[in-house]
Amino acid sequence: MTGDIAELGQYIGVGLTAFGMGFAALGVGNVAGNFLAGALRNPSAAAGQTATLFIGMAFAEALGIFSFLVALLLMFAV
Amino acid sequence: MISLLQGAATTAAETTEAPGAGDEIVIITESATHGAETHSVYGDAAHSAAEGAGLPQLDITTFGNQIFWLVVTLVVLYLVLSRVALPRIAAVLSDRQGAMTGDLMAAEEFKQRAREAEAAYDKALAEARGEAQRIVAANRAEIQAELNNAIARADAEIAARTAESETRIREIRATAETDAREVAQEVTAALVAAFGGNADNAAVTAAVDSRMKGAMQ
Amino acid sequence: MATATGGGLEFHPMDQFVVRPLFGDGAVAWYTPTNVTLWLFLTALAAIAVLVLGTRGRAIVPNRAQSVAELAYGLVYKMIEDIAGKDGLRYFPYVLTLFMFIVFANLLGLVPMAFTVTSHIAVTGILAMAVFLGVTIIGFVKNGAHFLDLFWIRSAPLAVRPILAVIEVISYFVRPLSLSIRLAGNMIAGHAVIKVFAGFAAIAAVAPVAIIAVVGMYAFEVLVAFVQAYVFTILTCVYLKDALHPSH
Repeated sequence: MTGDIAELGQYIGVGLTAFGMGFAALGVGNVAGNFLAGALRNPSAAAGQTATLFIGMAFAEALGIFSFLVALLLMFAV
Repeated sequence: MISLLQGAATTAAETTEAPGAGDEIVIITESATHGAETHSVYGDAAHSAAEGAGLPQLDITTFGNQIFWLVVTLVVLYLVLSRVALPRIAAVLSDRQGAMTGDLMAAEEFKQRAREAEAAYDKALAEARGEAQRIVAANRAEIQAELNNAIARADAEIAARTAESETRIREIRATAETDAREVAQEVTAALVAAFGGNADNAAVTAAVDSRMKGAMQ
Repeated sequence: MATATGGGLEFHPMDQFVVRPLFGDGAVAWYTPTNVTLWLFLTALAAIAVLVLGTRGRAIVPNRAQSVAELAYGLVYKMIEDIAGKDGLRYFPYVLTLFMFIVFANLLGLVPMAFTVTSHIAVTGILAMAVFLGVTIIGFVKNGAHFLDLFWIRSAPLAVRPILAVIEVISYFVRPLSLSIRLAGNMIAGHAVIKVFAGFAAIAAVAPVAIIAVVGMYAFEVLVAFVQAYVFTILTCVYLKDALHPSH
């Protein structure tokens, strides 16, 4: 194992960003779960809200992707 | 972001050298292998160093190329879609819509026609039924009339026969009465003569009459 | 992708994203035909094939290709109509172009050995900036200064409005960033994950698991390819709605 302390910190930081992606997964699951709960209560209204579902999922997912981007930047661009 | 990228480009050489060394699992970015083998081929140290800047997406030397070709592609695609594809699909969709409404209207018309035909049929049926009833009624009346006629004739015949019979009976009774009187007179005269008397015709007749009156009563 | 050299595994998950000249070697100038060029053209050709050649028959009862074309047309048309309203339909050709381009770029990128053009920040950045600038220009042209109502929320209490305005302005300017990074990030992440799993297949013990994982990820990526195109398009429609009707 060779390397310097900066590299160590870089890899630790990259690992930490994985938390961000995990929390984004929670967010996306929350959106989908709440949509399903609502859809089961009132299935007739569910079809019209698919677009909203996707927008919500996209916003939740985007923040996870941001953390992925931070990971990539730490990994390759720092 | 841009400063970050430029930083990436300048620090690329050191950072990519380090991870190749001897770890168990090594993530090697494009440059570490390709940079090494293409150094001689490219013969362009500055370029391969720039390409060696980790993520290919952050290699700003290729941005101009990508953007240029992307814009070309998008313009071509936009022109083809907006000039050719979209009018055609819109026409097809409206054609289909038109065909569907036309078909629906035709179906409605056929339905209407069927309804009319059904009405005409019902009317004809009702007429036929009325006709049949009328014929039946006429027949019945005719038969009734004939029957009445026959009955009347039969009654008349019966009455005539009865009358005839009665006259015959009356005749028979009348002849029977006169016959009995003659027989009685002759018998009475014969009896009187046998007893030796002299039968007075008038007295005999009177006696017979008086007796006959009681007998015939 | 991965070579088991001397007991250690080497992954090159980012190899697939390298821009190379198509003919020969050399520097990538702005006009050089590269693998990006090739796959951009293939994307455009695929979209044209479905939308133009597929509808060649103009059949009242569509065949398969025509059904796909009409499905795509109907999906985007209804999306704009539902979200941006009737007056958004003027921009329908561009939105459909965007959708067809992204969906075919994503799907063609999943072909083995292919190059995914939408995995490049430069490409998605231009797509997102085109939407952002277009929507902003449309907003100002259609509504003039009223377009700024988008940031000055009149239904909120006066004291909160400046804070909301700052948040709204920031969120407005983050739009192109989030649009482009969402699309590119999804593509990079999915393809890199597939490559990493494929790399593990070099070890005999875990190869079956790795191959099953690759198959599963591939199926998931097909879904993601479509969903990301859908999301990009639907967000374009949402931004278009903001530009056309900023007050609500």
